[in-house]
Amino acid sequence: MALPHVADQPSIPIPAPVPLRELAPWAALFGLLFLLLVYFVGVEQGALSMFGGHYVHEFVHDARHLLAYPCH
Amino acid sequence: MARAYLIRGLLVGLLAAVFAFGFATVFGEPQIGKAEQFEIALAHQRGVAVHAPMVSRGTQSTAGLATGLAVTGTAIGGLFALVFAGLHRRVIRAPARATAGAVAGAGFLAVFLVPFLKYPANPPSVGSPDTIGHRTELYFVLLAFSVVSLVISVVVQRRLAPRFSGWDATLLASAVFVALVAVAYVALPGTNEVPTGFPATVLWRFRVASVGIQVVLWGTLGLAFGALTERQEAAAVGASAMAEVGAER
Repeated sequence: MALPHVADQPSIPIPAPVPLRELAPWAALFGLLFLLLVYFVGVEQGALSMFGGHYVHEFVHDARHLLAYPCH
Repeated sequence: MARAYLIRGLLVGLLAAVFAFGFATVFGEPQIGKAEQFEIALAHQRGVAVHAPMVSRGTQSTAGLATGLAVTGTAIGGLFALVFAGLHRRVIRAPARATAGAVAGAGFLAVFLVPFLKYPANPPSVGSPDTIGHRTELYFVLLAFSVVSLVISVVVQRRLAPRFSGWDATLLASAVFVALVAVAYVALPGTNEVPTGFPATVLWRFRVASVGIQVVLWGTLGLAFGALTERQEAAAVGASAMAEVGAER
């Protein structure tokens, strides 16, 4: 992420925070997506099931147990 | 800026998952294997037929484990980056490595450790299929409560900081967090479905391995994300003061 051009004036070494207005859409969209991903590894085809069957559950079985999600 | 943080979080999350996979293979899988043996022995004893799993044990312990950890690690890395972006230099006015360390420590505590101490990880053959719905509900209720309690204690810390020293404000806020969690621990019902005769050492080692995996995950996230962010900030500051205000992304 280094910028290509060279400094032409001394700068204040404290970058500003990411503006909330810029962050909000990213947080809303990707936050939901990431929670959905965690759900698929942790819960899908256990207590809740979007797709029928047990394939997802069996495939990620060991990760689900080791990541401490309730399982059987 | 948000995009750069997000991509960094995903990559660091994947790296964390790689380390966690190594740890899980060495320390977690042997215990899962022993638990499976117990399950099979118990079934034989009861005269119940043992069906071959739909996905072979060999696949579950390698590709399945790797996939599960990679997906979870990447997702947690992304969520971590979003939280970091919201707090860094706004709520937490500290260098990036300190912010990342604080967010990772708080994540480990609120998202994993608090639910774990009440409803610990269980190896296969512990836990009845009949109660999975109830146990899942309790687990996520506690997880949500824990995260909300953490947010409340951070707000308390910020409110008290002007009146007390920063250290005292943090101690008081920590006490609020502990008190809230204690209320939830007492209020929520306990669960214990360890079958009679299940080897205690296997249960203990499995749970310790489970904690270790989370330490590796959150530890890698905190250390690597902070170091990479600080390096990027130094480069950006060196290049131009104005560019850092957010215009460059």
